[in-house]
Amino acid sequence: MLAFILKRVSLVIPTFFGVTLLTFGLIRLVPGDPIDILVGERGIDPARHAELLHQMGLDRPLPEQYTRYIAGVLSGDLGRSIVTKTPVLEEFAALFPATVELSLCAMVLAVAVGIPMGVLAAVRRGTVLDYATMGLSVTGFSMPLFWWALLLILFFSVYLGWTPVSGRVSALFWVEPHTGFMLIDSLFSDERGAFVSAVRHLILPSIALGTIPLAVISRMTRSSMLEVLGEDYIRTARAKGLAPLRVVGLHALRNAMIPVVTVIGLAVGVLFAGAILTETIFAWPGVGKWLVESVRRRDYPVLQGGVLLVATVVMAVNLLVDVLYGMINPRLRARR
Amino acid sequence: MDSSTLPAARQSASGAPPHPFLEFVQEYSSSAGAMAGFLVICALIVVALGADWLSPHPPHEQYRNALLVPPAWAAEGNAQFLLGTDDIGRDILSRIFHGARVSMSVGALVVVLALLLGIALGLVAGYFRGITDIAIMRAMDVMLALPSLLLAIVIVAILGPSLLNAALAVVIVQLPHYVRLTRAAVLNEWNKDYVTASRLAGAGPIRLMLVTVLPNCVAPLIVQATWGLSTAILDLAALGFLGLGAQPPTPEWGTMLANALQFIQRAWWVVTFPGLAILLTVLAFNLMGDGLRDALDPKLKQ
Amino acid sequence: MPLLEIRNLSVEFGEKGHALRAVDAVDLALEEGEVLGVVGESGSGKSVSMLAVMGLIGYPGRVHADRLAFDGVDLLTLPAAERRRIAGKDIAMIFQEPMSSLNPCFTVGFQIMETLQVHEGGSRRQRRARTIELLDQVGIPAPESRLNAFPHQLSGGMNQRVMIAMAIACNPRLLIADEPTTALDVTIQKQILELLLSLQRERGMGLVLITHNMGVVAATSHRVAVMYAGQMVEQQPRDWLFGAPRHPYTAALLEALPERGLGRRRLPTIPGVVPGLYDRPSGCLFHPRCNFVQERCRREEPGITHSNGLLVRCHYPLGAGAPGDGLPSGGGRP
Repeated sequence: MLAFILKRVSLVIPTFFGVTLLTFGLIRLVPGDPIDILVGERGIDPARHAELLHQMGLDRPLPEQYTRYIAGVLSGDLGRSIVTKTPVLEEFAALFPATVELSLCAMVLAVAVGIPMGVLAAVRRGTVLDYATMGLSVTGFSMPLFWWALLLILFFSVYLGWTPVSGRVSALFWVEPHTGFMLIDSLFSDERGAFVSAVRHLILPSIALGTIPLAVISRMTRSSMLEVLGEDYIRTARAKGLAPLRVVGLHALRNAMIPVVTVIGLAVGVLFAGAILTETIFAWPGVGKWLVESVRRRDYPVLQGGVLLVATVVMAVNLLVDVLYGMINPRLRARR
Repeated sequence: MDSSTLPAARQSASGAPPHPFLEFVQEYSSSAGAMAGFLVICALIVVALGADWLSPHPPHEQYRNALLVPPAWAAEGNAQFLLGTDDIGRDILSRIFHGARVSMSVGALVVVLALLLGIALGLVAGYFRGITDIAIMRAMDVMLALPSLLLAIVIVAILGPSLLNAALAVVIVQLPHYVRLTRAAVLNEWNKDYVTASRLAGAGPIRLMLVTVLPNCVAPLIVQATWGLSTAILDLAALGFLGLGAQPPTPEWGTMLANALQFIQRAWWVVTFPGLAILLTVLAFNLMGDGLRDALDPKLKQ
Repeated sequence: MPLLEIRNLSVEFGEKGHALRAVDAVDLALEEGEVLGVVGESGSGKSVSMLAVMGLIGYPGRVHADRLAFDGVDLLTLPAAERRRIAGKDIAMIFQEPMSSLNPCFTVGFQIMETLQVHEGGSRRQRRARTIELLDQVGIPAPESRLNAFPHQLSGGMNQRVMIAMAIACNPRLLIADEPTTALDVTIQKQILELLLSLQRERGMGLVLITHNMGVVAATSHRVAVMYAGQMVEQQPRDWLFGAPRHPYTAALLEALPERGLGRRRLPTIPGVVPGLYDRPSGCLFHPRCNFVQERCRREEPGITHSNGLLVRCHYPLGAGAPGDGLPSGGGRP
């Protein structure tokens, strides 16, 4: 088991360094003066320019610059935001829980609705129900996320007035950020109604973000289920005289879930791409919105550091999923 | 002694199985969704090509006295502007038609480029193996480690926001998928007897790659490319929406939605129609991709 | 009363009008405690007909029969829940590929105990003890240690034994074995067959043994049914069939057996191929490959002739090895 984990980890490390190379090269590729780009000061006098150049090591050969960069990264120094002057890592840490909270809720929604939908479609294959659910699915992942979010706002916030348009909690409340997760923090705060407000703010963005994973999961579940239902051991289970509910719900589902769980785990990357758009539209103060703004404001250290951090998180989660998958699937375990 | 005879309810001896292409067409057209997708795409191509003639107004023309006019069927609508106008008085229907041209042409360009490059890299990686293979695949892994939109944003951040740069970014984002697919297909086919036979006969690397192996990998590539087209259109629109893609006044559907949030309360049509156009286009390509996959994959036949 | 009675069973797949008839008007009967060998080439419909008996033909297949009865009970009109009680408890089936016929996510012990739980109930301890007993009966050494094994951890032969244990768990009166040894090593094949037969004798079970191996049939069956292209072409007690086959196909099959070709320089074969979806012959399905074909065979489909426990589907059944002129005369014969 340990050997399996170590092997997986060893595969990720070169990719990680590859990403650092990418982010390192990023800044060098931006046209313009590097001091200008990294520090945000323009038209400074040559002496200060040379001083900063030397300070930041930009006059050293590239490989040495890279080593400095890596050393910084591994010790947690990813530079400072040009706009806010705060260390990038610190800003990321403050904003990260918001993105996680949103993504988790979206994922829970996607799984809770998507899997039953897929199972139903598979079991009632060829019927109206099958075509309807699969029609909804394919529409779901054909939609531009930002448009769907806008439509949801149009209908539920503007037209019906049920949900708020932006933010994580009503501005009337002050919630002490203990964990960074608004749902948890608002429960512990003294403000009455804060929790309900937090939930109301979370609903629409979660639906918007979760729609595409929901569609993908329901499709995957259906095809995985259909494949499993055609397997020999399902025929054996039926031959044993087991009730259909048991055959599908126990024998088939357990096997069908294996590829679906992998997809769920690997959906982290997809979720983040969606989070970028969702956070922008709902003014949700998370990492996605932060990164988009950094592009607009030419806050390159933030972009560079943020991208590396996001990539690292995505790789870490994929690694975790990989290991978990190896643990769940007895066949993989036995092989090594 | 009793004898039982049965009714001759069997079909009579029919001829040989149908021609593969005919079979493909039959299989494809048996799916309503796939046919719908195909027809919509045909319509879109017509619109894209004939946007200049089909549009009631020029897409950039601003009608100063017709700002934010609702669609023709609504209360204050105007039959001149079937889908209404935007905040600076441009006809939305015409802009959508021209947007079709932008999305379809750029999308197709992106996919073709990514496909060609991806196939080339995949073939090289699969054929030469060794250090070339490792280097290429590691590079692809790095690209895949970043969420797709993020990678695209980064590239546009470096190059500057424009439709061309957004297209380039999407090419790079899609590249790893085609490389992986091609490489996997090559590795799969490599051990088959017909490849070994060609190698024994003295076929060189180019011939082996292009003439022997590639034609057998074409089917999954076509399916992936169709889905890739829908992803490309979505990504280009997303970049446009973020202000990082096509710049105003280019009538790209995503760009049209970029500042729509502010009008969401008073002018719902500005938000709805461009997005609907994206949805229908992407849906059509997805359905076509599904249909192609089902028609080309013999294992899925019942 | 026969234990299993099948009359005019047909199974179709695909769209109406363009359907493939995997099983075409098959008649079959099995008595209590009898071993029936069903033999035929791949695609002859032998497996599908038994799957239809068990009610395992799903979408997009369609099953029709004049009669499909087990111990007098009409299976066709039985409500689903009742039918599930019979299939699984009174009729059991084991399949060809033991490695893929067991659920890879559950242990072997769980899968056997499940059968007991669903059909007989009992406490967990009772079921566990019974499972160990069953595993022992099918010849698995150290059965307690195998309870928690997963199917992929056992060999093909072991898995097949587990399948057999699972099948006999509720003391079925009929066991259907669909090519149980085809996917196994030759040495294991003999063991599994012997196991099946000893279980059959001990318990007085009816056994339907589906196989494409004439040798297995010769060694094990009381009666033999021969199938071709979805149709039943001959059914006779074993000795009669091997001694005096009535259908030209059976005769050709026996001719092609290596054991019978001793002394000849070339083994006889049956020219041509089994008809598929697109090339079903008119009239008798076998006529393009038949040594004794006549004009009528080309035009008219033969019906099944019953006489004295002997079924044959042929216009001109062989009489003691030579083409006859119609129905055979009755009476016992070697």
